[in-house]
Amino acid sequence: MTPSDAETHGHGGQSHGTRRGYLIGFGLSAVLTAVPFWLVMTGAIGDARVTAAWIIGLAFVQIIVHTISFLHVNTQSEGGWTLLALLFTAVMIAIVISGSLWIMYHLNANMMPMPPDTMPTAP
Amino acid sequence: MAKVSNQAEAATAPTFYVTEDDHAHSGGSTLLGFWIYLMSDALIFATLFATYGVVSANYAGGPGPRQIFELPLVALNTAMLLLSSITYGMAMIDMEAGRTRAVQAWLAVTALFGAGFVGIELYEFGNLIAEGATPQRSAFLSGFFTLVGTHGLHVTFGLIWILVMLVQVGQKGLIPENRRRLTCLGMFWHLLDVVWIGVFTFVYLLGALR
Repeated sequence: MTPSDAETHGHGGQSHGTRRGYLIGFGLSAVLTAVPFWLVMTGAIGDARVTAAWIIGLAFVQIIVHTISFLHVNTQSEGGWTLLALLFTAVMIAIVISGSLWIMYHLNANMMPMPPDTMPTAP
Repeated sequence: MAKVSNQAEAATAPTFYVTEDDHAHSGGSTLLGFWIYLMSDALIFATLFATYGVVSANYAGGPGPRQIFELPLVALNTAMLLLSSITYGMAMIDMEAGRTRAVQAWLAVTALFGAGFVGIELYEFGNLIAEGATPQRSAFLSGFFTLVGTHGLHVTFGLIWILVMLVQVGQKGLIPENRRRLTCLGMFWHLLDVVWIGVFTFVYLLGALR
């Protein structure tokens, strides 16, 4: 490989950001970080469930902002393989986390009933 | 060498792949391979998040998240990591432009923010342990220390990597190999910031709402 080859930012490779792209991403993520902290620390929304829904939603938006503006994932980088790997991983993560929680939170209901006095001291 | 034989092969046999996708960087398929590694790392964090999610309400009579989490400290830590992400981005832009000095300066700033993050986290862990909220206290605390500690360990190794790159860029300049390494390090660093979004949201903020 010649040095000039290395300078070429060709199609299909890992894409790079621009200063503007980084700054927009940074501004968005600063807001998307500050708002959930503000919501929780001031209790601006009285209902904890509504607050929880908001901060989870904002976290997902922020993850997407970071993925696009900092990790530069798009349909072109590495011929689309980074995006494909990311989507596959996202599906795996969703299965692992939601599956674990689903099973474990329903475990109590699926266990055989046990009289309290035979139960060993709770961990 | 491999490239030449590939091309010779391509002339005779039909190709079922994009033959010209590995010339953009010296890394060839390294960047995609590193990306796959990062995805597997994300899966490690997914299992730790799942474990934490399962045990997060098992206090065993010990302290709960509301008593032990200090949100202002977490907010400061989050700011550290977010700032280190943008300074690393600036290093990447200067790398594209071939400004060695600027790259070194931004890398050093990134390392300072990263060190600040790890320092604050160790301070937090130290406080918790001093209060008796050790990993052995309850399942909740075991899950908490494992998840947050694994992230902190990743950041620590990222810091070591940044220091190594400072030495390598200082000695060899922005040669193609160093550009490839810096690109990989950047992906690693930004992914840790993405994982931290999950940590501060699902561990600290949702914990404080509990």
